[in-house]
Amino acid sequence: MSAYFPTMGLEIHAELLTRSKVFCTCSAEFGGTPNSRCCPVCSGLPGTLPVLNQKAVEYIIKAGYVMNCDISRFTKWDRKNYFYPDLPKAYQISQMPRPVCLSGTVNINVNGEDKVIRINRIHLEEDAGKLVHDDVNRISLADYNRCGVPLIEIVTEPDFHSADEVIAFIEKIKLLLQYAGICDCKMEQGSIRCDVNISIAPKGSDELGTRTELKNLNSLKAIARAIEVEIERQEELLESGERVIQQTRRFNEQLGETTAMRSKEDAHDYRYFPDPDIPPIIFTEEELDEIKRSIPELPEQRVARYVDEYGIKKADADIIVGDKRVCDFFDAAIAQYDNPKAIANYIIGELMRRINLGEADMDALKFGGAEFAQLVEFMQTDKISQANAKTVLREMIDKGGSPKDIADRDDLWIKEDNDLLAKVVDEIIANNPKPVEQYKSGDQKVFGFFMGQANKALKGAASPKAIQEYIRKKLSE
Amino acid sequence: MNLTRVKIRELRKSLDSKEIGAAELCGEYFKRIEAVDPELLSYITVTKEKALKDAENAQKLIDEGKSTALTGIPLAIKDNICIDGVRTTCASKMLENFVPPYNATVIEKLNVEGYVLLGRTSMDEFAMGGSNQTSAFAKTKNPYDLGRVPGGSSGGSAAAVSASLAPAALGSDTGGSIRQPSSFCGVTGIKPTYGRVSRYGLVAFASSLDQIGPICSDAHDCAIMLNAICGHDRHDATSARVDTPDFTEKLGQPINGMKIALPKEFYAEGVDDAVKTAVMDAARELEKQGAVLVDCSMPGLKYAIPAYYLIACAEAASNLSRFDGIKYGFRGEGRTFEELIRDSRSRGFGEEVKRRILLGNYALSSGYYDAYYKKALALKQEIIRQYNQIFERADVILTPTAPTPAYKIGSQDNDPVKMYQADICTVTVNIAKLPGVSTTCGYTEDGLPVGMSIIGKRFDEQTILQCADAFEQGFSPVAPKL
Repeated sequence: MSAYFPTMGLEIHAELLTRSKVFCTCSAEFGGTPNSRCCPVCSGLPGTLPVLNQKAVEYIIKAGYVMNCDISRFTKWDRKNYFYPDLPKAYQISQMPRPVCLSGTVNINVNGEDKVIRINRIHLEEDAGKLVHDDVNRISLADYNRCGVPLIEIVTEPDFHSADEVIAFIEKIKLLLQYAGICDCKMEQGSIRCDVNISIAPKGSDELGTRTELKNLNSLKAIARAIEVEIERQEELLESGERVIQQTRRFNEQLGETTAMRSKEDAHDYRYFPDPDIPPIIFTEEELDEIKRSIPELPEQRVARYVDEYGIKKADADIIVGDKRVCDFFDAAIAQYDNPKAIANYIIGELMRRINLGEADMDALKFGGAEFAQLVEFMQTDKISQANAKTVLREMIDKGGSPKDIADRDDLWIKEDNDLLAKVVDEIIANNPKPVEQYKSGDQKVFGFFMGQANKALKGAASPKAIQEYIRKKLSE
Repeated sequence: MNLTRVKIRELRKSLDSKEIGAAELCGEYFKRIEAVDPELLSYITVTKEKALKDAENAQKLIDEGKSTALTGIPLAIKDNICIDGVRTTCASKMLENFVPPYNATVIEKLNVEGYVLLGRTSMDEFAMGGSNQTSAFAKTKNPYDLGRVPGGSSGGSAAAVSASLAPAALGSDTGGSIRQPSSFCGVTGIKPTYGRVSRYGLVAFASSLDQIGPICSDAHDCAIMLNAICGHDRHDATSARVDTPDFTEKLGQPINGMKIALPKEFYAEGVDDAVKTAVMDAARELEKQGAVLVDCSMPGLKYAIPAYYLIACAEAASNLSRFDGIKYGFRGEGRTFEELIRDSRSRGFGEEVKRRILLGNYALSSGYYDAYYKKALALKQEIIRQYNQIFERADVILTPTAPTPAYKIGSQDNDPVKMYQADICTVTVNIAKLPGVSTTCGYTEDGLPVGMSIIGKRFDEQTILQCADAFEQGFSPVAPKL
């Protein structure tokens, strides 16, 4: 057991899903040929002026509401001044004393325990460009496509004491932002990024230790690992009688270690001051109410609705809602076939199983919820056997297409062929006198054996119900 | 054709009556520029080729009977207003070869009118100065005395109009940069209300103070120019959503009963007697026309210079940070980014620009922000309050435009603080976002023009133009002999 306990706070940057950038009309989409998505404004040419994207303001207000923040009635923008080649104006338009959102809360659940994380503030700012280093020609190139993409920065209070809590929080934030339509939260594309402020103190101490800030954390795995190694590093320092220096550290995922980037002494003086190009905004209650009303159903409400209205088990609803893509798929499916329970079961039991096995990819499914729902309906109405449904699903995953077309083509329908059923079952009963004996002497369990044999031999030619009835009838003769 | 102080509206008649063609007209100006400007140095770039194309286009409109106020009118544009495809230097080595790929909104508006571009006028580097002597390319002289400064920072525009090298020009005014050179060069220039004219495409000096405006032969031409360039612009969030009246509408209306305030601090120590006398004489002339003179006070004026320079330099320090040698403009040398940017900025900027960047960054530094920048913002509010008080009792305010007439080149080079003090009469108008027009009210014994400023309520350019025009009707300006 360690003699120390860690304390952490997070700074999360999330890119907003607005179509255009925050201060010009360029596309805010990820990627693109370098410098194809920029204009005189976002590339900082002299004389150009920023004009605030109202959609971005709407989105940050939504973010504030979903994290239970106070929304400032008066908000304004500031310039954060520093030189860097990826920042063409040499200042970032951000918010210092008057952010849009203040003091919120987010509930998380870690290993069955509920916990409230406090949000200090959320502000709206612009993203910077990217530098591409060409080591062969020893030059650096700047790509301004990302310049001016709207970002919100979510700053938490130092309320975290384990990596599990941090991960649970980020997962929760991702869900909230995705469901509210604010951010797609693709960590691998950098649309959500997280810095961790971390310190340790002796157990029982009231004071916090000196903190370091961890940067360059590109996945949840990296965050968990970085926290672990940084806690170890700080413990070793304190144990050996040294001090932790307040500094920014970069996590190197390959080496599994954090290295110092800069210390407090060489921190920038950003010379913040109000941006004279962007007038402050004063929100009216009506405007805020309208934005609040436009927030779609959030994850917790949705789980509750699935349980109450559809009778889905809470654990299953959690699984479906826990991935927005799956949830959207589920909604599309039940719109096609109104049997939420059966669809939920088949999504969790079959589709997600295949995804977890790596056979399918939720981001690149070749069919939609409606096609999936048709397949479930065919099963539920005894038009297709479970075994054949799996075959159809596999085909859909591999090549796409409608379940009807696939079943037609590969002759996978239940035909209710009573002659064949009688012939097959009679044969099975004739060939297995011992289980027949067992059944007749009261061992109901062997019934499953007969069902299995019959299913195998019939290959979906009869419905399970018909098979069951016929076997029961024959065995009681 | 005699170009001497010819008015836009006179040229309009000549063009529409086909007395002269658009190409011929700009040709006349180019001839005069070639003859006079090698000595005067009012232009940095003369755009002859583009002008001929502009003129051809304008002539078509005129021939089709589709001419508007400025169709075919040759204009000079200060070299800090971006024009697509035309070098825009800000009179700085930093932007010596900068060619913007876009037009300022005012240029878009002038294009719609079918104006003809004569060229880009010189200025103090990045509009920082009041003498045009910080220009890296053309240290403009005063047309009335080539040994004196034309004022600044729009000194090139004012000198060009004064010497009839353009019938009118655009300038920009951050702390007096239209009005003071207009005063020194004996012409009329208006700084519109902040937000009246879009700043999009004006290379920023101090964003909360900058405003584009015209410099012309008289107030009437200023009104015509303002009509063409004003209006809300969706590319400039600080441009105002207000009605745009016809600024010529009130011209010629009697100023009977107009209350003109004379704040005593503007006539105090430090203002030349010759200037005071000329402005007071003008006040009495306006009184004769029926105006009522109102005594008043602006005690906050003594804080105006520090407040102005703190705000302007802080904004400038940030605005000029983008000139790092990476993307465009002058590129120095260096192995690392830091070295490259240090060398680019050290060699690309002139001394005055660097002085103001240093001052601005100092004022914004952590630990100094509250003591300087924040106090300056408080003073700004106080100055606005004092103006509001005066405007409760008056329609316009009359002050000298500058404490002195044009001074000798080099006479103030070693004393930046003294140079800054010379802006005392103009900076508060920018701080309070008010409109102000400067017109010539007399001449010194040496024949140097003296200007007076008429300051109005926010968005009341109509009244100050009416007042300036009323004075001009009874005043005979003397053009320089060049």
